[in-house]
Amino acid sequence: MLTTIFAFINAAIIQGIPLLFGATGEIITEKSGNLNLGIPGIMYMGGISGIIGGYLYEHYTDNPAAWLCILVPFISSIIGSSLMALIYSFLTITLRVNQNVTGLALTTFGIGVGNFFGGSLLSFFGETGSISLITTGNYYKAKLPFADKLGLFGKTFLSLGFLAYLAIIIAIITSYMLNRTRTGLNLRAVGENPATADAAGINITKYKYLSTVIGGAIAGLGGLYFVMDYTGGAWTNNGFGDRGWLAIAIVIFAVWKPSMAILSSFLFGGLYILCVYIPGLSSSSKELINMLPYLVTILVLVVVSMRKKRENQPPAHLGLSYFREER
Amino acid sequence: MSNAAIELRGITKRFGKITANKNVNLSVYGGEILSLLGENGSGKTTLMNMLSGIYYPDEGQIFINGEEAVIRSPKDAFDYKIGMIHQHFKLIDVFSAAENIVLGLKENGRYDIKKVTARVKSISEKYGFDIDPDKKIYEMSVSEKQTVEIVKVLYRGADILILDEPTAVLTPQETQKLFAVLRRMRDDGKAIIIITHKLHEVLSLSDRVAVLRKGEYIGTVKTAETDESQLTEMMVGKKVSLNIDRTESENTADRLVINGLDLYDENGVKVLDDITFTAKSGEILGIAGIAGSGQRELLEAIAGLLKVSSGEIIYNNPKTGDSENLRDKTPIQIRDLGVRLSFVPEDRLGMGLVGNMDIVDNMMLRSYRRGKSVFVNRQSPKKLAEDIIKDLEIATPNANTPVRRLSGGNVQKVLVGREIAASPTVLMAAYPVRGLDINSSYMIYNLLNKQKENGVAVIFVGEDLDVLTELCDRIMVIGSGRVTGILDGRTADKNEIGLLMTGTNGGAENEN
Repeated sequence: MLTTIFAFINAAIIQGIPLLFGATGEIITEKSGNLNLGIPGIMYMGGISGIIGGYLYEHYTDNPAAWLCILVPFISSIIGSSLMALIYSFLTITLRVNQNVTGLALTTFGIGVGNFFGGSLLSFFGETGSISLITTGNYYKAKLPFADKLGLFGKTFLSLGFLAYLAIIIAIITSYMLNRTRTGLNLRAVGENPATADAAGINITKYKYLSTVIGGAIAGLGGLYFVMDYTGGAWTNNGFGDRGWLAIAIVIFAVWKPSMAILSSFLFGGLYILCVYIPGLSSSSKELINMLPYLVTILVLVVVSMRKKRENQPPAHLGLSYFREER
Repeated sequence: MSNAAIELRGITKRFGKITANKNVNLSVYGGEILSLLGENGSGKTTLMNMLSGIYYPDEGQIFINGEEAVIRSPKDAFDYKIGMIHQHFKLIDVFSAAENIVLGLKENGRYDIKKVTARVKSISEKYGFDIDPDKKIYEMSVSEKQTVEIVKVLYRGADILILDEPTAVLTPQETQKLFAVLRRMRDDGKAIIIITHKLHEVLSLSDRVAVLRKGEYIGTVKTAETDESQLTEMMVGKKVSLNIDRTESENTADRLVINGLDLYDENGVKVLDDITFTAKSGEILGIAGIAGSGQRELLEAIAGLLKVSSGEIIYNNPKTGDSENLRDKTPIQIRDLGVRLSFVPEDRLGMGLVGNMDIVDNMMLRSYRRGKSVFVNRQSPKKLAEDIIKDLEIATPNANTPVRRLSGGNVQKVLVGREIAASPTVLMAAYPVRGLDINSSYMIYNLLNKQKENGVAVIFVGEDLDVLTELCDRIMVIGSGRVTGILDGRTADKNEIGLLMTGTNGGAENEN
């Protein structure tokens, strides 16, 4: 029984890591007042860019070096998702296009690009079958060396790939940045009231661009974790599923706090695979269990709006574009 | 005497054809409080915005401590140690006072909110502010927010403080507290400019008074050597004849009787206080007052958009002879009672028209509920739109042009035209000529006069006293939400109106 519980916790964490990347990225983005609904597409993009980078590297060398196997997909994933976030930024910040429309279009686009290259990458190089980067995957999956010696604890918490720990570290750093630094104060001001921030001498455009692009890059790492660590270097079309939307739900659930997002992600990760650990479920009740994360999010929205605590509200200028009135 | 903290020489600022400031010369010294006095639209705020870096003067020079200064942005103003406290606070609700104070500052060293808090406390103690640096802005009263704004500029090391109508939002007690703080800052050697139009405050607080009228600099007088009537005369000036036709009222009857109206805003501040008056048919009733004295709220309360806390709005229906109380009725209920009330709001594209819709659709906003069919009738509004375009000479490519693309004067004509076409019995117009050129203004005056001749009770909220005294049959003056006098438009004197507006009567009660 204990083993099952720990196995469930381990699985919940593994499921939660991509969500945590996505949620942290979206929190940084939303703090600048940009509601980026393109996050699911950006995460697909982060995944497929990592795959492409890894595949090209494995394809062109006979003896892949460990550090390059990690670095090349990592960098290409960041480039891919940053480009997506840059498109979003240019459209919404510079051209002031509606944020929701832009975000949804990017999601559709990102999933499409992911599935296109996922399905056709091999055929470009005259190969058949499906993508499987086992070497790269194994480097990403490498667990901490002392994990096996620490019994159940080590197996549950220390046997994860390095990206999992990176996700938690990024969330903690983000939390510190938002609450304890001048940059964080300025960023929050931009999302709350850009006119005031502007009058205080803060460069609104710079903050919005940087936070959206950095947020996108972080979210993209969630896609990379999924394809390299979780599936071990294999791509299946639509394999990432609706995890991107779940990440956005976590932002609301965690009331825009990265520290809260860590535990929320593991909770949502647990709910996501709960149906596997409950024996004897019919397929229809499995689907009902899969609704839980969304139901919980709606519940949180209701509770938060009923308590009306101002600190727990979304950034006041979220979803709106800002332009300084003509002087 | 040493150099002035600020000296303005020959400052001129134009916005298109309108000259907001014309050849203004002004100086303020360290250790004194200067009041900048003037009516609405006299260019006080524009002038001060040139010091705070929001506008750049077209002509003239600014000297700071004897040296010529170029102020092109708010940051430049900070560097010259000028701090402006605007009427609308620029604060972030969910931040604490201390967080708002340091926002955007590029200080050296690590960001440490505790150090900020300590410095805010020491500034507060020095000048006697009452402020809790950890309190969130959304938990604060208006006066606390203002305190945060003042501490914010002091924290940035300002030596020259400009306050834009700081007492407009304060209770009398809070005003006294603010004045005490300002006097302490003056004694500390800071130069303070306060924009205001409340005469009693000018007299009790400032050392010198500078007066602007219609953008022109009239003069500066020492407070000790002047009195209210001299200042009022400087402010409103001599009568200018406008030659607006005014016909005699005929067959007047009490159309709208307002009785003891009280109204509170969302902050619990009383904005209308025991308003009582009668609007008669065949007459133009002018409403004069400093901007924000409750004019907007009064009209919106009558139109059924705001809920009053006490009083009654009685409408005497000329057709049936019935009297109806319109209080607590929605605009649609009011219409269903057969009350033909037209309202030209101050905010044309916000409340009056929909900018993205064309003229025909905007006409339909008033008529879409007519008829029984599920489909709306587009023919009659289209005809109406075309008639209005022709009658009022609206410059537009055609009736299907979005209203947003028209110029201000044409937008106003569309709105007034629509409201008049509803053949109202009561027509309320708030600042209908604001931003309009002379010809369009006269066209609007003529339209209002025509309505009056047709037996409509016209309520006209205006800001130009010359227009009010030439157009209106009676002028009601309100100050701080109270009726301070109702005068005959034919005999009313501008100085008299000016005194009622700036309120010695109202002021006396403010003093306690």
